[in-house]
Amino acid sequence: MNMLNAYTVNATIGGMTPILLAALAGVLCGRVAVFNIALEGKILIGAFFAIVGSYFTGSALGGVLCGVLATMLFSTILAYGVTRFRGDSIVLCIGMNLLASGLTAYLLRQIFGQAGVFSDPAIAEVDRIVIPAINTIPWLGWIFSRQTPITYLSWLLVIVVAIVLFRTPLGLRMRGIGQNPEAATTLGIDVGRTRRWTVIAAGALCGLAGAQLSIGTVGIFAEGMSAGRGWIAVVAVMLARDNPIWAAAVCLLFAIADTFSVQLQAQGLPNQLTDAVPYVITLVALVIGALRGRRRRMAPV
Amino acid sequence: MERLKSLRPGPVPLAILSGLVIGALMLLVSGDNPLVAYREIVEGAFAPRNWRNTLSWAIPLVGMSLAAAIPLRGGMVNLGGDGQIVIGGFVAAVVPIYLADAVPLPGFLLAAIAILCAMLASGLWAALAALGETRLGIPMLISSLLLSYPAIGLTSWATGFPLRDTSTGLTQTRPVPPGAELPELFGPVTMGLVLLTIVVAAVIYVDRRTVPGYELRMRGLNRRFAEYGGVRTERQALGAMFASGAIAGLVGAIVVLEVHHRFQNGALVSPSYTWSGLMAALLAGGNPARAVLAGFFFAALQTGGFAMQREIQVPRVLSMVLQAIIILFVSLRYGVGGGRGPKDRP
Repeated sequence: MNMLNAYTVNATIGGMTPILLAALAGVLCGRVAVFNIALEGKILIGAFFAIVGSYFTGSALGGVLCGVLATMLFSTILAYGVTRFRGDSIVLCIGMNLLASGLTAYLLRQIFGQAGVFSDPAIAEVDRIVIPAINTIPWLGWIFSRQTPITYLSWLLVIVVAIVLFRTPLGLRMRGIGQNPEAATTLGIDVGRTRRWTVIAAGALCGLAGAQLSIGTVGIFAEGMSAGRGWIAVVAVMLARDNPIWAAAVCLLFAIADTFSVQLQAQGLPNQLTDAVPYVITLVALVIGALRGRRRRMAPV
Repeated sequence: MERLKSLRPGPVPLAILSGLVIGALMLLVSGDNPLVAYREIVEGAFAPRNWRNTLSWAIPLVGMSLAAAIPLRGGMVNLGGDGQIVIGGFVAAVVPIYLADAVPLPGFLLAAIAILCAMLASGLWAALAALGETRLGIPMLISSLLLSYPAIGLTSWATGFPLRDTSTGLTQTRPVPPGAELPELFGPVTMGLVLLTIVVAAVIYVDRRTVPGYELRMRGLNRRFAEYGGVRTERQALGAMFASGAIAGLVGAIVVLEVHHRFQNGALVSPSYTWSGLMAALLAGGNPARAVLAGFFFAALQTGGFAMQREIQVPRVLSMVLQAIIILFVSLRYGVGGGRGPKDRP
């Protein structure tokens, strides 16, 4: 593993950010018993509208805000679908994922006249923050310097989500809803409203994830660029049993595995095989997780 | 009777109408005339010179609708259609190529063996996801989808390196031996269409007239009740997923043996047969006969989409958007497996 260098480690940590943010979104929804498997589509919407915002405002902040707002708006489908309209979350999420991939491809052609990939010098990318004190130190600098603000924010959000869930009255209500919605209702909690706002807040996290993916990494949009990250996040949520700290740990594990697959590719293994490595590792992690907690089922599917 | 209502599809025509209205609004915003666009879709799909195209596009799509409908009938979801169709196509190409090298067999026998092997391989791959759920408690929804990535990766690697046809610049296998292609019988009727029709008839018969079909429907309505009634739900999950995967494998084999005559990397995944098929099955609420109809409807929408793009330069992905919107509207009316979605008002 002597090929591990500053660039690879740095890119892996940055590449983990979308998955981590989406996993936090999944944790929030899981706590209020909304099975959210639309993370994949939401990341894609966030990535696309971050590019749109960045292109038209000329600022990265405008891009991030546009991505976040668009994804929150998109999340209202699930938010109102599972509460007011009593829809099935699985069917809604499948529909949302397909809507996201169709809609972004359609708008890519209609707004920018491009098919497949869109890149333009007018797209403002998110600046990396260089911390001069540690920048050149191996490992420490590789990991903690030259990341986007979104990455630092994602680490902060792990703690925020954990505190909100386990140390605030709001978190108590959310967990109560997850365990027994009827009991929560009798205690005077507006279950529907809490669920709606949780799903919409989770949408904001996915919007950030998408922004990191498009304008935080390469400054381009490609059709289907979420490429399974939302599904890996779903698995991370399942393995972590809706705990944000554990979800972050699982994401870190996946990131290390991802670095490993990049290494394999550098060693000459064909990319068709290495591309599948993250998913194989995810599957293996699922199997191991299942063998360890055999008695408890992971999700109410 | 509460449960029975929950699986009955809501007003599908209303959902389709809502989808078309929203699509029309999108077209208006982008400065196109929705009436012209929709007329192009209808003409592109149903004009006499076009309906043959529609039919050939419908064969894989209807097949994948049926594949998605079977687990859905029992309240299960198979998201791994992409992996299963790819494995089917790959096996259907590789088996006759290498079998013909080993033993001289007549073409039709090669084709028959290829199709059976494809169905078996895809069926087993799909059953793996069911095994994960029954033995380990890994949700099938996730495992079926995740299994697609290694399937696509492995076949793509195999066609890129060891089994590549080096005489062309593309990532594809050698062509299947002469005679192993599926023949066109007469007019638009091909062998693939005949095979698919037989499978459709068989699935509808099993669904309506046999004990396993009844038990699967019962599971879809109420899994606990089915278990209480003596249905062995674990074996049932394996069986339903095997059948679903086998049909996806058949679709892959038909496309390979009838259209491309070899396995081409990406040719089975990029048209999104899997996802359109899943949407058709959801629109049909898992009913196989209705899934076939819905599959035809979506195939017409997509073939019409090609014409729309050609004639008035409106991107054909609009038909994907329309499908997704229709599904979202339908899903507001009922749930897979009855009442799994959270209820906030007791």
